[in-house]
Amino acid sequence: MDRDQRGSLVKVMMRVNGAEVSADVEDRMLLVHFLREVTGLTATNVGCDTTSCGACTVLLDGESVKSCTVLAAQADGHDLVTAEGLAGPDGELHPVQRAFRSEHGLQCGFCTPGMVLASVSLLRENPQPTEEQVRMGLEGNLCRCTGYHNIVRAVLAAAEDLAAESGELAPGELASGELASGELAAGEVAR
Amino acid sequence: MIPAPFRYQRASSVDEALALVAEYGDDAKFLAGGHSLLPLMKLRLAQPEVLIDLAPLRELSYIRDAAGHIAIGALTRHHDLEQSTLLAQAVPLLAHAAGQVGDPQIRHRGTLGGSLAHGDPASDLPAVILALDATLVARGPSGQREIAAAGFFQGLFETALEPDELLVEIRVPKPAAVGWSFQKFTKRAIDWAIVGVAVQGSSVALVNMASIPVRAGAVERALASGVGPRDAAAHAAEGTSPVEDINATPEYREHLARILTGRALEEAAGRAG
Repeated sequence: MDRDQRGSLVKVMMRVNGAEVSADVEDRMLLVHFLREVTGLTATNVGCDTTSCGACTVLLDGESVKSCTVLAAQADGHDLVTAEGLAGPDGELHPVQRAFRSEHGLQCGFCTPGMVLASVSLLRENPQPTEEQVRMGLEGNLCRCTGYHNIVRAVLAAAEDLAAESGELAPGELASGELASGELAAGEVAR
Repeated sequence: MIPAPFRYQRASSVDEALALVAEYGDDAKFLAGGHSLLPLMKLRLAQPEVLIDLAPLRELSYIRDAAGHIAIGALTRHHDLEQSTLLAQAVPLLAHAAGQVGDPQIRHRGTLGGSLAHGDPASDLPAVILALDATLVARGPSGQREIAAAGFFQGLFETALEPDELLVEIRVPKPAAVGWSFQKFTKRAIDWAIVGVAVQGSSVALVNMASIPVRAGAVERALASGVGPRDAAAHAAEGTSPVEDINATPEYREHLARILTGRALEEAAGRAG
């Protein structure tokens, strides 16, 4: 293959926080750089850059992934949610965001966007986790400030909130931790 | 960190993947979940000129009950293995060990076939597949062939797969109702195992005790001669060649192999009881 074909461009289209985004990007562009530099959404942080710390965690089709270890090209055609896309259209915080605030689940805030999105994914898969399951479920996210206790409390509080909310919405149903699709679609649009 | 430039290609079928790799040869690498390959590329330890993304091949993501074995598509993610009720019932060792790989984010992307084809002796699932005596199915230009797990891993990051072959399926024999265990020792949950051990019945395989995953033959022979778990585990380091690295000396790895094998055999015996 010709050397001049290296660094070629690939066209990607994806939904980011409910908005369609398309761009021609370098084949080797990482998803985290796409989110920060192409869509201008900078809540997603680059921490260790080695798939360890989880600061770059986003939701890909509703599941937590480390966006420093996914190519933008691999996200083509998929649905992405970053921390900017969690709050409702009127700015009302997602229950997990609310719980991180009320339980003081952050100090410096660097790990927080990734921690919140990992928690949303965790609660979607396991709406009523035990404390141990929360700790294991967040093993892919490192925090150097809090010592984790308040983060774990926040996730457990969010699980209760989500259970109560879904109880109001659909009596008798198990809390799903799922964002209503309307909420996603109406989420903050990429700037 | 950004990978060296490469050309991204997407395969929409197994045939197209094989055609692409035939075209580009050694310059190309298949991309599954990318959670072993992309970190190496970011460190420039791997610099393929072409990546052939297999993500569109949804037909290679499945867990099926076949006669006498469980058939698993190579692109089945660790998360899917962990969540599968079929696997939890038929091959609980694999379902459990898949849930111990990395962290949830890694399990949402990484695949069984990708982990095996990558051939890293510090990975969890190659040793599990070895303990389970699985058969790996590869497709190449001249058709399909089966490779026994015992002959699949040939060296550090080296497998029996030819450059123009694609791993498509893993066939795991349904174990007789015997005990199993998976133990590993890591500094942090997300790290590679410093040492690990997979036990299925009287089969014992070790993670990170040589340049490839290895069966602990001396332990298996001791068990066959009627020795108890603790005494059998004392043979765990025999015939191994663990490396020295930032995490451990060879002697420490040998010690861990004996301790972890002892724990695994006792847990397996408890489950079998």
